[in-house]
Amino acid sequence: MAHEHKLEIFRGLWKFKSNTQKIWGVLAFLCVVTAIEVVLGIIKPEFLLKNENAFLGLKLLNWIFIILTLVKAYYIAWDFMHLRDEKTSLRRAIVWTPIFLVAYLVFILLLEADYIYEVFRDGFVAWNF
Amino acid sequence: MDSTVVTGSEENVWGGGNKPLGASYGKLMMWFFLVSDALTFSGLLAAYGFSRFKFIETWPIADEVFTHVPFVHGNFPMIYVAFMTLILIISSVTMVLAVDAGHRMKKNAVIWYMFLTIIGGAIFVGSQAWEWGTFIKGDFGAIETKGGRILQFVNTETGERAAIADFAKTIPSERVNHESKNGVWYYEGQALPSYSVSEVIEGFKANPNIAIRTESIVQEGENEGEKTVLSRADALAKLNNATHVVEGANLIRNEYGSRLFADFFFFITGFHGFHVTSGVVINLIIFFNVILGTYEKRGHYEMVEKVGLYWHFVDLVWVFVFTFFYLV
Repeated sequence: MAHEHKLEIFRGLWKFKSNTQKIWGVLAFLCVVTAIEVVLGIIKPEFLLKNENAFLGLKLLNWIFIILTLVKAYYIAWDFMHLRDEKTSLRRAIVWTPIFLVAYLVFILLLEADYIYEVFRDGFVAWNF
Repeated sequence: MDSTVVTGSEENVWGGGNKPLGASYGKLMMWFFLVSDALTFSGLLAAYGFSRFKFIETWPIADEVFTHVPFVHGNFPMIYVAFMTLILIISSVTMVLAVDAGHRMKKNAVIWYMFLTIIGGAIFVGSQAWEWGTFIKGDFGAIETKGGRILQFVNTETGERAAIADFAKTIPSERVNHESKNGVWYYEGQALPSYSVSEVIEGFKANPNIAIRTESIVQEGENEGEKTVLSRADALAKLNNATHVVEGANLIRNEYGSRLFADFFFFITGFHGFHVTSGVVINLIIFFNVILGTYEKRGHYEMVEKVGLYWHFVDLVWVFVFTFFYLV
């Protein structure tokens, strides 16, 4: 059990007096991020949805959503699951193992899926009828 | 060997007194489980991404599917899932507060925070059940073609979706839904939809203000990102291939579009809901243990921290499910 808590987030920009205060601070931050996601999801700014502005086959709006999700995941894991207070070696073992495997899997699967999409689009297979 | 391993206690290495990486046995095992479970969910979400990229131009638009809020009529995309996300994050917060109170050996505070966490979890599971119910029931109905594609209907005057019940004609037909009170001679067979294919087609022909929407998403131009609406002639040609009336969703077909969409929805949110349910059960067990004073006697509340890890993990997974099902 890690009894000592590191009481700052955003690399020391926001410091807290107690662990309880830090928890509420993180909650506030997570709520703000979720609110940004929901508002973006409802208004859907047009230029973020254009295919011509897509980056690596993904629309800019979707990139924003995914990055904000990773930010939320970071604070849930670091502050709620106390990874911030664990030994560096344990934290790295927990975090980098799935990141490596998931990045690999996602890369392979999405590339393959895009290939199949192109076969459906350009090939001589009728499927949308 | 003892010179290389610092145990900090009298127990030897094989006696279990060692804490590799500064985490106790139980906590380390919980992390092992969470990492493997995270990989399971990643596998499911990656498979979802695979199917989605494969059908990138025809995938259903989530905003048009999840538009309901309990007790309120109308079109409110995202609002209810945002509420569910908030509930789960807040119950995560009460869980950390319980762990924090446990560190300071405040039994009553732990009890209250655990209680709030369980309530939050129950609200979430209930919401998910409601969400499933709405999804299964469906609201507009659609036609399936020979190719297994979905045709939906829009009202060209208002630009809004049209329900088949609003325009389909009623034609007397011979087949009626079999009910068990009429005997059991016929065990197998599909339940009849509210309207038959020919009723929908006749209704479509009689209502010039109804148009057909296909699954294809417009890729460029003014209507980019919206589903394609067919001209009247194309629509009538499409209807020649109609085979089924689809209302709501099941594992075989759904009125929202691609069949895989509903399959993944059921599987991934179902698997997550199962995690939340088991999390609530485990939290309940620990909650009663706290009340009974088990951890007070043991001298530490590490058990609360361990179930806390599981509970936060469930929250973490939902953050991703929320993004990939409802936002992206």
